Amino acid sequence: MWWKILIGLLITVVVISVFLMPPPQKELGDISRIFFFHVPVAWVTVLAFLVAMINSVLYLSKKNPVYDIQAAVSSQVGFLFAILATVSGAIFAKNAWGSYWNWDPREISVFILLLIYGAYLALRSAIEMEDRKANLSAVYSILAFITVPFLVFVVPRVFQSLHPTDSIINSQIKIQMPPLVLLVFLSSLLGFSLLFVWIYNLEIKVTILHKKIKESSTIK
Amino acid sequence: MGTKSSTWTSRVSALFLKDFKSELRTRYSLNALVMFAVITLTVVSFSIGMFSLSSKIKSSLFWIVIFFSAMSGLAQVFIKEEEAKTSTLLKLVASPESIFAGKLLYNLVLLLFLEIVIVPLFVIMLGFSILNFWLFLCVLVLGSLGLVCATTIIAAIVAKASVKGALFAVLSFPILLPLLVTVISGTNLASEGASFSQGLRDLQILFSYAVVMFVASFLLFDFVWEE
Repeated sequence: MWWKILIGLLITVVVISVFLMPPPQKELGDISRIFFFHVPVAWVTVLAFLVAMINSVLYLSKKNPVYDIQAAVSSQVGFLFAILATVSGAIFAKNAWGSYWNWDPREISVFILLLIYGAYLALRSAIEMEDRKANLSAVYSILAFITVPFLVFVVPRVFQSLHPTDSIINSQIKIQMPPLVLLVFLSSLLGFSLLFVWIYNLEIKVTILHKKIKESSTIK
Repeated sequence: MGTKSSTWTSRVSALFLKDFKSELRTRYSLNALVMFAVITLTVVSFSIGMFSLSSKIKSSLFWIVIFFSAMSGLAQVFIKEEEAKTSTLLKLVASPESIFAGKLLYNLVLLLFLEIVIVPLFVIMLGFSILNFWLFLCVLVLGSLGLVCATTIIAAIVAKASVKGALFAVLSFPILLPLLVTVISGTNLASEGASFSQGLRDLQILFSYAVVMFVASFLLFDFVWEE
């Protein structure tokens, strides 16, 4: 219980300090404040993808349905965060670069994650038998995860030349991040990660309960 | 040991020949695949008309045609087993590895045949010039290998699901994207007459993609097939 209150307090403090402190980037001004929300959300998107993959591997080796539920829930939450990351990124892109969508490497990678999550959930909804659903979606999740390293190599190489302004955020992190900004950023990262864990646990409980209700109603 | 490996290869080739012969009887996949590719190519060529395109766009179009043709035909290899209800029998007769190898080989032959038809047509209809032919051939073969490795396992997944056709493209696209991007850039280099050393990076990526997909799909096929 106490840690949930702590998450609430932490995120409140983060939100207040994000809006009260001077903007992290002088040239961009107030727009750059989105950085404190956008980057943690994108981070959670990737984290959820990793959690889903690990659970898929565990499911295939142990055949315990709990792992399948965990993988599915992680993907659902990840899908939500992928949409948030895409939208918040597009808002930032509009203000920083003048158009909502530029196909720069980061946008491509988040978009592909969105596609993978979408495909995974579409696959789950297309199979009715529980065992089969769990098996096949676990295989797909692992298969999709394997291709990610290729994207890291391939995409920036081809699309780099189109968007040289991509490195605004990047250079900001590496070159000029004052201690205060860093502190708020890391707290925001921690806050959103914990929020993910919370939603994840809650959703798993709900799914297990749903399953139990379904089973008891079919027996009667 | 020698006899064991020879029985494995003979099993794989038997499975491959089984698919190949049944295909020659009906020519269902083959006709669908080739006609789909020719139609897409005609649509592309027709809509372009008199415009002359850069080689970058032409190589993109070339791979879009191949990608969608593959999407229309390559899933059949497992779907037909499910539809004819022969997959259970197949499970009894052969090991999962040899089944997968046979299907993979069959899909590869199908795709390469398609490319033999499509490449000359593409050259004729769109005026696609290939200045470095050997580089183009390497990109084509390695790209097809990667594409087949990734799509065959997805075909096996899709065959068990209820909506097969649309799902195949949806599941394949995110996984094939790195391959498509690389293969388009490689084809573009080959058509502009770049040397092998310039195209080496693309070939390396294609090769590693094919190897990784090959190993991963072999390992994962057991789980798809067992049930």
